[in-house]
Amino acid sequence: MRYLPLTDADRSSMLNRIGVSSVDDLFVDVPATARFDGTFDLPDHMAEFEVEGHMSAIAGQNTTTADVPSFLGAGAYRHHIPASVDHLIQRGEFLTSYTPYQPEISQGTLQALFEFQSMVALITGMDVANASMYDGATSCAEAVLMARRVTRRNRALISGSVHPHYSAASETQAKYVDINIDICDPDIDGTEYLTELIDDETACVVVQNPGVFGHVRDLSPLAAVCQDKGALLIVVVTEAVSLGAMQSPGEMGADVVVAEGQSIGNPQGFGGPYVGLFAAREKYVRQMPGRLCGETTDVDGKRGWVLTLSTREQHIRREKATSNICTNAGLCALAFTIHLSLLGENGFRDLAMLNHARASQLADRLAGVDGVEVLPEAFFNEFAVRLSKPAGDVVDRLAARDVLAGVPAARLYGAGRELDNILLIAASEQTTPEDMEALVSALSEELS
Amino acid sequence: MSHSRDLSRSAAAVGSGTTDTVHGHQGLQLEEPLLFEIDNPGAIGVDLPDPGDFTPRLGGVARQGEIGLPCVSEPEVVRHFTRLSQKNYAIDMGTYPLGSCTMKHNPRLNEKMVRLPGFANAHPMQPESTVQGAFKLIDGVAHWLKELTGMPAIAMSPAAGAHGELCGVMAIRAALDDREGGPTTRRRILVPDSAHGTNPATAAVCGFSVDAIPSDARGRVDVKAFAEKLDDDVAGIMITNPNTCGLFEPDMIEIAELIHDAGGYFYCDGANFNAIVGRVRPGDLGIDCMHINLHKTFSTPHGGGGPGAGPVVLSDALAPFAPVPWVVHGDEGFSLVEHADDAGDAKPFGRLKGFHGQMGMFVRAYAYMLSHGRDGLRQVANDAVLNANYVMSCLSDVMTPAFEGPCMHECLFDDRFLKDTGVSTLDFAKAMLDEGYHPMTMYFPLVVHGAMLIEPTETESKRGLDEFIAVMRALVERAKAGDSDAFMAAPMMTPRRRLDETAAARQPILRWSPDIPTAEAAE
Amino acid sequence: MADRKYTEDHEWVEVDGETGVIGISDYAQEQLGDVVFVELPDVGKILDQRDEAAVIESVKAAAEVYTPVSGEVIEVNEELNNDPSLVNSDAHGEGWFAKLQLSDPTELDALMDEATYKTFVESLS
Repeated sequence: MRYLPLTDADRSSMLNRIGVSSVDDLFVDVPATARFDGTFDLPDHMAEFEVEGHMSAIAGQNTTTADVPSFLGAGAYRHHIPASVDHLIQRGEFLTSYTPYQPEISQGTLQALFEFQSMVALITGMDVANASMYDGATSCAEAVLMARRVTRRNRALISGSVHPHYSAASETQAKYVDINIDICDPDIDGTEYLTELIDDETACVVVQNPGVFGHVRDLSPLAAVCQDKGALLIVVVTEAVSLGAMQSPGEMGADVVVAEGQSIGNPQGFGGPYVGLFAAREKYVRQMPGRLCGETTDVDGKRGWVLTLSTREQHIRREKATSNICTNAGLCALAFTIHLSLLGENGFRDLAMLNHARASQLADRLAGVDGVEVLPEAFFNEFAVRLSKPAGDVVDRLAARDVLAGVPAARLYGAGRELDNILLIAASEQTTPEDMEALVSALSEELS
Repeated sequence: MSHSRDLSRSAAAVGSGTTDTVHGHQGLQLEEPLLFEIDNPGAIGVDLPDPGDFTPRLGGVARQGEIGLPCVSEPEVVRHFTRLSQKNYAIDMGTYPLGSCTMKHNPRLNEKMVRLPGFANAHPMQPESTVQGAFKLIDGVAHWLKELTGMPAIAMSPAAGAHGELCGVMAIRAALDDREGGPTTRRRILVPDSAHGTNPATAAVCGFSVDAIPSDARGRVDVKAFAEKLDDDVAGIMITNPNTCGLFEPDMIEIAELIHDAGGYFYCDGANFNAIVGRVRPGDLGIDCMHINLHKTFSTPHGGGGPGAGPVVLSDALAPFAPVPWVVHGDEGFSLVEHADDAGDAKPFGRLKGFHGQMGMFVRAYAYMLSHGRDGLRQVANDAVLNANYVMSCLSDVMTPAFEGPCMHECLFDDRFLKDTGVSTLDFAKAMLDEGYHPMTMYFPLVVHGAMLIEPTETESKRGLDEFIAVMRALVERAKAGDSDAFMAAPMMTPRRRLDETAAARQPILRWSPDIPTAEAAE
Repeated sequence: MADRKYTEDHEWVEVDGETGVIGISDYAQEQLGDVVFVELPDVGKILDQRDEAAVIESVKAAAEVYTPVSGEVIEVNEELNNDPSLVNSDAHGEGWFAKLQLSDPTELDALMDEATYKTFVESLS
């Protein structure tokens, strides 16, 4: 077995040293009734090329966004990842190291995390960011819990602009800890008005920008109301690239920003692993969930980094921890950091505008198709359209024609929400004129 | 210790007699500033095409001012992160005996498989007909995990071990609420005092209070003390098996019967499944749920702290409450249940994250499973346990094992052997850094004084173990010889020496700004 | 002279008329190590004896501070927000946590005086 260094000779000399005759003697604590002596319904080991052949065949059964024109988004986006990103994250020193609990021999991971936190704080317009969370949806859920700790109120208001996976994850996480969550109806038209729903019991208002149906809004008026009522404004961003083109949530008055960072440096990968961004105003830093990396000096006075404020975490606070989470998404956060380093100030903004341009060009083309109504007036790289036919059927028929047309809203929300004809369509820097033409012509034929 | 500070430093600056080099580099140990400090406005690491004509539609909220990101070219970025990487220890470099973390070799085939375009470029919301391969893979991993654990059902979406715990305890809560027709009146979860800190934290976020069960003198759950705590206020028990002392809990079956008779459920923390995979099916012990850290037993890389994956196997009693989504196999191939309304008789407690789970981890774990096969996985457990017992038996004459008898995949020492040396567990660990080893887990589990928990894993060779053992024995000898000052000064030769964690926590600097101390100013 | 009383959890209260100042003992700060943060109660909060009055964090540990006496919080030591090390350097003085308006001064009778506490601490080592 190629991954197991011990030879039979090694094993017998080691058993000899231990003073037992067989490895079974080391399992004496396992009661006889608990030992498994049957046969698993599983294959025996395979050669590397056999595994490769087997798995390539499975992968080959998928038709993916790289094979055919794709307009899928809704929280996961197809962006180009520079070759150096994937090369660097596969360096063994990054890939095969543990959480940096021994800072003297983990300065690489720690400094990269410090750079990650710095970049996340900058693009969200916040003071501080943590070292990442599982994904955007879990970041959102953690933000709701944090709002309760900060405000000591137990009502959370979730806007109809928020991705339903995010509101569902928040609702689930809050289910057993005495938080009442109100989730507003899907805000298809971007006309939702939340002000009257915010009162002195509201711990937080969660709103997504751009919204799940694509609408881009100025959140400043909402932020002012939240501040007035003492509620935290939590802004969700599911497409991190949008932060390069739009005013940051911080500039609009957000207290907490939670985002999905997949778009930068991480493949779509059928949904994970992704990287949750979590940023907040400085005054909330000790209430934040997750790991934090901070600057300090070593005994020689040299600058270095450590995990800090860890007393908030579960391994010390146990049942009083701010969260039960103990991992971040280290390698995905590293990919995010490297990609954003390559982009830099200008590349990030240019990439964002290129995305916006492609979406705007696509919207112009779709506006000319009978049976398609583009809903948002202002959007970033994704927008909802209302079709003259059920979106799920149209998507299936277009898939058969090798076009991945987008995400039907009913897929996200479930049936029975009067969303059957709504389709979410996203573009990115990789969307070509030919892709647009394929979508426009296929849609024209299916809807006629 | 033989390495004094002066010796190590003077080697880096021949003739000068000082530790200084021009830029602070010391041979191959290269200092590297923050990316923000090599910012060169105008430089860029990507080339993008011109967008062409378009109508801007950003409403009134187009970004105006500078963001403040650094500008750096690709060669500089590659060099920056390469240099940073060289400041890390890693499994690829050497033994990483971090108890309870299972730092085993990460096969590169797994990395190659996850990058197959059919997996990497699949969008989670594609029409089901276009991603049958993805579902087949998830279903395949689920089948392996159910077979190996002897459990009938599985929830695949949890993103890590702690998330899996959350999933399991939420399922327990939902099952109790369902049985009692409203919020359960049961308030307590029993947790051994040797448990991972996540166990009590998880119980708390599910609305339960935690009641600690003491360990007995053998490092196991005190069954008598446990039985005395049972009443109709108990919702369940969370036990790690093998436990955090590296010992199998021999009374699991009795504990399961007792908790079930009391009307509660049995959560098993599967963090240490590596010790028993292929030899013991936790389902045969009577548990109701167990999370499996794919990043431990199934060798998906730890990546400097995630991402992981924590699927949870479930008993028939808890299966109906599993969170959405899950894959089903019908006449027309695979499909996905994503909403409670489509779940038939099941009563999912909710949704834990976006989309369908840590697919990239499933792919890697599947490659690992196929590579080992059922025969190889049993050998994994055998060799992991053999290696740990070998280390224990080669060190137990100079160090002090916390408990008698064979251990499972990790061996636990306390700090009695350091008594009167002036050397603490922490100092001992820091001295290991200079010897080129990542230390073992320290001060955990909490039930053992000055704990040192060593988990070699099955991917260490005998030669590697013998070297490790020799180093440990030499360090013990030095400590006993009264060289405590050298231990307290360690490490001397790492990229950084001991760092001031107090200063970091009192005045936290959590991000770059032009005002933070630079490397030069810090010195 | 004000009267200082101690609990077995190493909190102290120093009473002056109907108000009492609370803190932790020098022994407690030594056990905790370098204090990095103190979470203080809100002014106006009503605490029963043994309620959690503050949370104190060191690099490696967090500990709850329970009030030795019942009362309303009328003042907290804001200085600790800027300099939590005061708990280490002067636990019995500048490292105080909060001032309470006592609601039941008879609670003091059950607490240890300086000499008794000293004996108690010696018995721990």
